[in-house]
Amino acid sequence: MLTLMINGEARQFSAPLTVAGLVEALGYTGKRIAVERNGEIVPKSEHGSIALVSGDQLEIVVAVGGG
Amino acid sequence: MHQLNIAGKAYRSRLLVGTGKYKDFAETRAAIDASGAEIVTVAVRRVNIGQDASQPSLLDAIPPSQFTILPNTAGCYTADDAVRTLRLARELLDGHPLCKLEVLGDPTNLFPNMPETLKAAETLVKDGFQVMVYCADDPIQCKMLEEIGCVAVMPLASLIGSGMGIVNPWNLRLIIDNARVPIIVDAGVGTASDATIAMELGCDGVLMNTAIAHAKDPVLMASAMKKGIEAGREAYLAGRMARKYYSADPSSPTTGLIGS
Repeated sequence: MLTLMINGEARQFSAPLTVAGLVEALGYTGKRIAVERNGEIVPKSEHGSIALVSGDQLEIVVAVGGG
Repeated sequence: MHQLNIAGKAYRSRLLVGTGKYKDFAETRAAIDASGAEIVTVAVRRVNIGQDASQPSLLDAIPPSQFTILPNTAGCYTADDAVRTLRLARELLDGHPLCKLEVLGDPTNLFPNMPETLKAAETLVKDGFQVMVYCADDPIQCKMLEEIGCVAVMPLASLIGSGMGIVNPWNLRLIIDNARVPIIVDAGVGTASDATIAMELGCDGVLMNTAIAHAKDPVLMASAMKKGIEAGREAYLAGRMARKYYSADPSSPTTGLIGS
């Protein structure tokens, strides 16, 4: 099992898991989101190749209404 | 003719609008369409894990193919948080470098923290961002932001979301007269005449959100703002008459009156 901190909450997933796999598991495939892993941007082109490890801190963001 | 030019791109509209505080995406879109705005701000927030991810998102209603999306750093109180937010935004928008930097200093008055704003602007410009920056109406710091390489400097007219209008036109004039980049009033406008005053002062544009979103009829107010901006711009270009204090000057002939 992988324990990931996603947007500040600990969540568990089965290993192995790529960023693309996580995005799919959360239902955001094809949605306009951005992912940061341990303080670094993960470009969309690398979502399929980056394997997550336990303890990874992820931020997944979206655009919302604002001024 | 007389287009607004930001970072090498020309815009027909000098009204920039936010997308916050609307009742739904349909109202957001209708108001933006009525405003004629081409540059539209958005905020960047965490997705709600566990909520229905298939729901429409803001950028479905305001697609980047139709609008210039300006991601902001609202809610950031440090340069580091603002830079991090905008790096996420750039990834979100497929490398789009135009952004709105705002680093706040106080949660009650939402005044900018200018030392952190200057620091973030330096980092972002070096990192290739095209930075439009919310700032205090301080002519010296506005010039500093221009010299750092910001593509537009956006002093507040009054507090964010306050609708207090243009509280210090004198400072705005000083800023405009010294500037070599577009000066856009960001925050404080309450109604169409406020937008007109900003444009008559010589501002290159006005960015607003609450004045439209919190009007009783946001779509009608968006249309009013569009006209207010256009009227102010034309009046600025036309050049107003000189004020003649305590000295009237009749518009009708003073001769040829009957019975004379």
